[in-house]
Order: sequence, then C-alpha cells, then structure tokens
Amino acid sequence: MKCSDFLHELNNYLDGALDPRVKSELEDHLAWCHNCFVVCDTTKKTIQIFRDSEVYELPDDLRTKLHSAIMEKCQAKKKKAGPQSV
Amino acid sequence: MGAIQHTVGDPASEERVLVQAAKAGDDGAFSELVRRYDRNVFRIAQHITQNREDAEDVVQDAFLKAYTNLQQFQGQSKFYTWLVRIAVNEALMKLRRRRPERFVSLDEDIKTEEDSVPREVADWSPNPEQMYNQAELKEILGKTIQGLPTGFRTVFVLRDVEGLSTEETAEALELSIPAVKSRLLRARLQLRERLSRYFSKRDGGEKTA
Repeated sequence: MKCSDFLHELNNYLDGALDPRVKSELEDHLAWCHNCFVVCDTTKKTIQIFRDSEVYELPDDLRTKLHSAIMEKCQAKKKKAGPQSV
Repeated sequence: MGAIQHTVGDPASEERVLVQAAKAGDDGAFSELVRRYDRNVFRIAQHITQNREDAEDVVQDAFLKAYTNLQQFQGQSKFYTWLVRIAVNEALMKLRRRRPERFVSLDEDIKTEEDSVPREVADWSPNPEQMYNQAELKEILGKTIQGLPTGFRTVFVLRDVEGLSTEETAEALELSIPAVKSRLLRARLQLRERLSRYFSKRDGGEKTA
C-alpha cells in the first residue's frame, strides 16, 4: 500500500468500515510509515476533540427561553390555522 | 388530548410515539421533541452560521417549520433526520442573507487551495487538553472550523459531531453518498492540518515533513 492509497482509505478506516484484508494492509503500512501514522492518529484526535469539547453548547437559560418562544409561536400558529389544521 | 405516557425503551420507537402524538395535536409531545433535539439543532445552526443570534433564530424557525409541516412528515426517514434537513436549510438561508456575495450552495464542488495532501506531520504532544485550558481550546476549535468552506463544515458537524451516518447525512443535505464521503475526508484533513499549527510538537526539530 502506498501513502496515497492509505489516504484514500483513511475515512473508512476511522469509521471502522474496511474489510479485514484492506484493514490489515493499511495497518502494515502504518507500522512502518511514520508520516501516515501521525496523519491517522492526529485525524482521529481531531474528530475526538471536536466531539468532546462542546464548542457550541446551548446554555440552560437560553434553552429555556428558546423553548418558551418556540411553543408560544406554535400555539399562535395553531390558533390562526384553526383547530383541525396545524 | 392527554399527555402521552413516557416509557423507557427503544429511543426510535419512543420517537415514533411522540411524533404520532404530536401529529394528532398533542403539543406536549411536540414540546418533548423540541427538548430532545434543541441542543443538536443549536449546535448544527451555529456551526453553519458561525453566529450566535442567527443560530437562536434558526432553532426557533426550524422547530416552527417542523410543527407547521408535521403532517407532511411521512416517517420513511427518522424524525431527527427530517428536522436536521429543515434546520440546515434555515441556517443556509441565514448565511445567504448575511453574506450573499460569498454564498455557496452545498452541492457545489468546492476546490480549495489548501486541500487534502497532509503537510503537517508532526505528532501532537502533549495532549491539546494539557496545553490549553477549556476556554482557549474552544476558541481554537471555533476559529479552526470557521475557516472551513460551508459545505465541508456542514458535513463534518453532521457526521462527526452529531454522529449521523453517511446515509442520513446524504439524505439531510440532499447530497450523494460519494459527495458526503469526499467532503468529510477533506473536512477532516483540513481541520487536522489547521489544528496541527496549534498542537504539534515544536521542540527539537520533531517535524518530519
């Protein structure tokens, strides 16, 4: 396997979607190619850090405010549309 | 219409029950659906619009639209996927209004100069969490994802932050599966490249590129 083949299969590898033969070829490549090993490892860490770090979390007070606003608007819509047609 | 019974069980079937009840006019059930997904919709909206006020508007508009069009939801897909599709469209509309000159549609194939060939191949050490505090880390991640083309960051947030499958992402964004896969690879590699500028080992000539 060449480095370009590794890059082509990287997503499938990270998503656990490779068939066992290709997976084992890829892991052989990673065992000796340090650059590809680092790219693989740091891509995995990239995904993990975005998943874990809660960059855009919804604060509780804003959440409560938005929830009330949404339900009020829905009620208003229902009233306007009549009882049978939401 | 009485409140629905909340049973502990399969989330997918619980969701179906809630959707059925909401369709039948139970606003308590719809309110529960809002609670279930408001955080996700907010995250997606803010990732796409990169603006807090716009994200708040998108959350309200998306749920109101879902409520209004609930009868058209046929249940072939998951309610959440359907909701994400509405939210993404609302977020893109905001973006289009705010920056019409820079707007690109999701299905446009984006060519960027900085593409998928890794340049930065130094390991990250120590762990980013040891190098930066939580607030600094959030700022770095926010800045990093902001620089990504809209189509890339939208696919990335749905697949890697929200955990939708490739098929669900393709459905929500009305893209083909190969298009989702290719955008995801480029998004992951570009984010990795940009984060490496902050997180790579800098001491003792560790760079091997």
